[in-house]
Amino acid sequence: MAEVVLKSVNKMYGNVQAVKDVDLHVRDKEFMVFVGPSGCGKTTTLRMIAGLEEITSGDIYIGERLVNELPPMDRDIAMVFQNYALYPHKSVYDNMAFGLRMRKFPKPEIEKRVKDAADILDIEMLLHRKPRQLSGGQRQRVALGRAIVRHPQLFLFDEPLSNLDAKLRVQMRVELKRLHERLETTAVYVTHDQVEAMTLGDRVVVMKDGLVQQVGEPLELYNQPKNKFVAGFIGSPAMNFVEISIAAESGGLWANNAAFQIKVPPAKLEALRPKVGKQVTLGIRPEALQIANGSTPVESSFQASVEVIEPLGSEILLNVRCGTNDMVARVDPSIRVKLHENIRLALDPARLQFFDSDCELAL
Amino acid sequence: MTSDALQRERVHVSRLTRALENEKLLAVALLAPAVIILVLFIAYPFVMAIWLSLTNLRVGGVGEFVGLDNFIKAWHDTIFRTVFWNTFFYTFWATVFKLALGMWLALLLNRHFRMKRIIRASMLLPFIIPTVLSTFAWRWMFDPTFSVVNWVLYHIGFITVRLPFLSDGDWAMWCAILVNTWRGVPFFAITLLAGLQTISPDLHEAAALDGANAWQRFWHVTWPLLMPVTLVVVVFSVIQTFSDFQLIYVLTGGGPANSTHLVATYAYQLGVGTGLLGEGAAISLFMFPVLIAVV
Ligand SMILES: Nc1ncnc2c1ncn2[C@@H]1O[C@H](COP(=O)(O)OP(=O)(O)OP(=O)(O)O)[C@@H](O)[C@H]1O
Ligand SMILES: [Mg+2]
Repeated sequence: MAEVVLKSVNKMYGNVQAVKDVDLHVRDKEFMVFVGPSGCGKTTTLRMIAGLEEITSGDIYIGERLVNELPPMDRDIAMVFQNYALYPHKSVYDNMAFGLRMRKFPKPEIEKRVKDAADILDIEMLLHRKPRQLSGGQRQRVALGRAIVRHPQLFLFDEPLSNLDAKLRVQMRVELKRLHERLETTAVYVTHDQVEAMTLGDRVVVMKDGLVQQVGEPLELYNQPKNKFVAGFIGSPAMNFVEISIAAESGGLWANNAAFQIKVPPAKLEALRPKVGKQVTLGIRPEALQIANGSTPVESSFQASVEVIEPLGSEILLNVRCGTNDMVARVDPSIRVKLHENIRLALDPARLQFFDSDCELAL
Repeated sequence: MTSDALQRERVHVSRLTRALENEKLLAVALLAPAVIILVLFIAYPFVMAIWLSLTNLRVGGVGEFVGLDNFIKAWHDTIFRTVFWNTFFYTFWATVFKLALGMWLALLLNRHFRMKRIIRASMLLPFIIPTVLSTFAWRWMFDPTFSVVNWVLYHIGFITVRLPFLSDGDWAMWCAILVNTWRGVPFFAITLLAGLQTISPDLHEAAALDGANAWQRFWHVTWPLLMPVTLVVVVFSVIQTFSDFQLIYVLTGGGPANSTHLVATYAYQLGVGTGLLGEGAAISLFMFPVLIAVV
């Protein structure tokens, strides 16, 4: 049981700064997920926590102990690698027992722990096989087993599900979550899949170019992104962005561009007043766009033409064009629209988000 | 050309093409040259050696068939027994040293360091210098009168009496082993290095996290995973060392008092030096079952 604290941690590879001034507090028993595009420094950060990569500057604490100089084996952590990293010449049993043997556990204890882990992961019948005789999903379980037999104070995962097919990935995701609830061990999990991040994480760290963009609970990231990057990265399909200018007219503020004019909701008035006459970016979630009906006020709707229809069953994604802006709307599956039809879309004013066009911070 | 001739030409070409299309025929055609060369240059000398070993042929004489006499004589020859034992001794220790040093070098070279390429390349030097040449250099270093090693050791006060490098039987054997090791290490190191590079670094990291120290990581991860490569180089090296000739011939010529003679050099001495071609051939054939067993 341990918390993990990173204090202005930096990592340089020669002249490349892979990780910049990361400050982070992973709470005890928390499942923390790092997410971000490829090359943003997630793996590097994880490996620094593991002790597999040196820290260029900064401090890392695991369970109140400064671990900067501590070799990996003394950090009491277990890691699951993307390609599993099972010892190919050892049986499943020996793979799982290896860490305990190295730590001189008595034989009956090793046996008990391996059996327990195998039981939890449902791999008892595979114990005498070699890794190459296992399927990807089974290898994944063995790698998990190897991590949990040690009862470490911290689990580290580096994209452990990315080599599995889509269906298995969803299944393992659920199992991981259940496992974490059962073991109550702090976990840091790296992925580039934002859906995985949202479903698994108690909290999620969004990174880009070595910088932490935002740390928060999944819904917090979704509903109150701190900047345009987080807003665009979290959520699928992604948030729609429209460049607009702010104008003050007839007692209110208006978001204008060539194709539409929308009234700024009262909650945002304060933040947008200094932006009158300037460009800002408007962010609209796909589900905040619906087909307008008779009662929709004109000031929160606009005209658009349907370009592509994606009927997904539980919902329909409409790719629409409004002036020069392409947007995606997520609408009810019962709605019938035709390709190239001109429709009126209503915005949910409470869900509009505005971002500074220059610094991209949320307004 | 008349149209008739053209017609015939076309039929001819298509028959050849069709013949080439036939996979079995094509395989035979492509393999034939190689097989012929193999037969000429490998099988012929081998069969000749067997034939020679069954005769009492001498240089300039006419051989008569004597059955297994040569083999029986060799078996009862005390020098041959020494030589046979020498060969095992030489092969065993040279291989052990080459493997140990080669592994150590390979592990070192597998790390990241400056000028990695230059050092890796320069390590191959002993391997690419012709054996005869480098062995001459070693012989000079071990020379009873002019030995550089003796001179240096003497002048820094390490020794007061010259070391009998090639003049004492045991010393000479160990010197031969040293030179063979020096020459063979690069091959071990480079091959093992290539093997090391196929082992995923993740496995080492996983083992480190599992609590294995450097030695345990080597023993539990590197060594077993490298085993196939190690076996191949060891077999290869045993074969070469067991039938080593050049090095001994140049360094000691088998002396002093046959103490460094190997099967190959002794066979040469008997067969070519003394002219007893039949006996020489018989002795060289004693290597054969051993090498077969190794393979
Ligand atoms: N050993 C290395 N030497 C030099 N640069 C490196 C090294 N490892 C990583 N980098 C660089 O550091 C940055 C961060 O890499 P990192 O592996 O942490 O990315 P990541 O977020 O895990 O990406 P991915 O999702 O693709 O795994 C990248 O720009 C990468 O090129
Ligand atoms: Mg990565």
